[in-house]
Amino acid sequence: MSALIEVDGIGKNYGNVVALHDVSTVVNAGEVTCVLGDNGAGKSTLIKILAGVHQHDSGRFLVEGEEVRLGSPRDALDLGIATVYQDLAVVPLMSVWRNFFLGSEPTVGFGPFQRLDRRTGRETARKALADLGIDLRDVEQPVGTLSGGERQCVAIARAVHFGAKVLILDEPTAALGVKQAGLVLRHVAQARDRGLGVVLITHNPHHAYPVGSRFLVLKRGASLRSAEKKDITLEELTRQMAGGAELEALEHELREVSSP
Amino acid sequence: MTTLDERVAQNGLVSRLIVRPEIGALIGALAVFVFFSIVADKFLTAAGVATWLDDSATLGIMAVAVALLMIGGEFDLSAGVMTASTALVTAILAVEVGLNVWLALLLSLVFALGVGALNGWIVVRTGLPSFIVTLGTFLALQGLNLGITRLVTNSVQVSGMRSTDGYESAGFVFASTFQVGDTPFQISIVWWLGFAALAAWVLVRTKFGNWTFAVGGSAPSARAVGVPVRRTKILLFMTTAAAGWLVGSINILRFTTVQANQGIGLEFQFIIAAVIGGCLLTGGFGSAIGAAIGALIFGMARQGIVFANWNSDWFMLFLGIMLLGAVLVNNTFRRRAERVRR
Repeated sequence: MSALIEVDGIGKNYGNVVALHDVSTVVNAGEVTCVLGDNGAGKSTLIKILAGVHQHDSGRFLVEGEEVRLGSPRDALDLGIATVYQDLAVVPLMSVWRNFFLGSEPTVGFGPFQRLDRRTGRETARKALADLGIDLRDVEQPVGTLSGGERQCVAIARAVHFGAKVLILDEPTAALGVKQAGLVLRHVAQARDRGLGVVLITHNPHHAYPVGSRFLVLKRGASLRSAEKKDITLEELTRQMAGGAELEALEHELREVSSP
Repeated sequence: MTTLDERVAQNGLVSRLIVRPEIGALIGALAVFVFFSIVADKFLTAAGVATWLDDSATLGIMAVAVALLMIGGEFDLSAGVMTASTALVTAILAVEVGLNVWLALLLSLVFALGVGALNGWIVVRTGLPSFIVTLGTFLALQGLNLGITRLVTNSVQVSGMRSTDGYESAGFVFASTFQVGDTPFQISIVWWLGFAALAAWVLVRTKFGNWTFAVGGSAPSARAVGVPVRRTKILLFMTTAAAGWLVGSINILRFTTVQANQGIGLEFQFIIAAVIGGCLLTGGFGSAIGAAIGALIFGMARQGIVFANWNSDWFMLFLGIMLLGAVLVNNTFRRRAERVRR
């Protein structure tokens, strides 16, 4: 069986800036591929290619064994690749169920009399959220009233409900407290156990390691380390992530500064 | 509602009502109604009611359309002048060119939709604020109105609609009256109520309405889940322009004369009525019914002041206070809407 997503030597330039160069990884069903890296490492560029926002300039991008070139986020969605962005996952002033169905509203009636099927919408949203263990008081409440973690969960539940095969999560835990981050990671694991392929973008190895199956560390647009979970420890991952040899050099310098 | 959570129980009718965007306008309308019913004798007579409903009607049609656009996160400053431009196009084509009124109306509608689409297209293509883009269209249309009218008629007005082909039937549709008891009411009231009802239905019961809230609330989020943001916005601009055409048609068929400088300044009245009706200036929240009520407050106050024999100068003071009050109330209600069920 071919991987859900495979990128092979993929690259992207913005004018004469090389944003991404020769990066390869795979996303399998029921596994979490974590993409780690500092700011400017090329994480966003990689997921934007996977999500159909940008197109790659070199290398190969395969979805279930077929080479593709995605023209828009809609193309990606049609292939079952759903992306949940850190800050723009939901519309705060709209109700939970309207957010849940936004862009894929259930309707009844035909032609000019086509209208939203509000009952189905509310019931389905409530049920889909409950299935993921998200217990909301009322799906009519505006999403703005939810906590950051709950908002991410609504977006994840939405992607799962609409048949996503691959779920791309862009820094889902970045702005969250410890407890909230835990909530989101639990739902990531849940999505994984349901057989989805998950791409988790983060700069926190402590969030990535417990749920991840495979780790891709990016630095300055290139792949610094690509490893299966069995081949890497959390300490090693943290060290890679923090810049590896550079960090040791920095520590050494700092020690010299502090000792008179 | 099958499985109501026990934590929802505390949300009674009051907190349910208070999160509705139009509730502030409704309370305001009741207050204005009661106030002028007491201070002005003529206010509650059939003729009085017909007068302030008529004043509210054409304003209300525009306010509802502008409210949809504002919920979609955009402004249209050319909406006021559009009511004059469409009337001028219709009048020039019917009177000067000699076309049948219905054909002139159709061409005028095409013109309006074209301008609306242009407004929308520039806004979504450039990402510039619609405030500045439509300010440009507003000035351009104002210039065109005067320039072309003067070229064609050598004056700044077009008149003589009464003698054109099809005036009778078109006038019946857009500018007739109907009797309630012995009092004639303008047909524009029916257009207003019908348009408001249609807009309210579209807004909360259809896909397009859902998209309207979404593109105004957060366009990038909407785009990310596959909402056609550009198309939605362009259609909203076209709706506003079409409403301008409807009001322009009502005016030209009723008064049979149009001044080239008509409509200037009305755009702010539309926005004010929409804001009084609960629309947020930042988009993503509001109500079509609210905007219709906002226009009703406007009409009742404007005519009520006349009925009470006060100087109409006081209207502006009233308007300013009303607007400030509405913005404060909206702000509070929005915070409540976001908080009430926490």
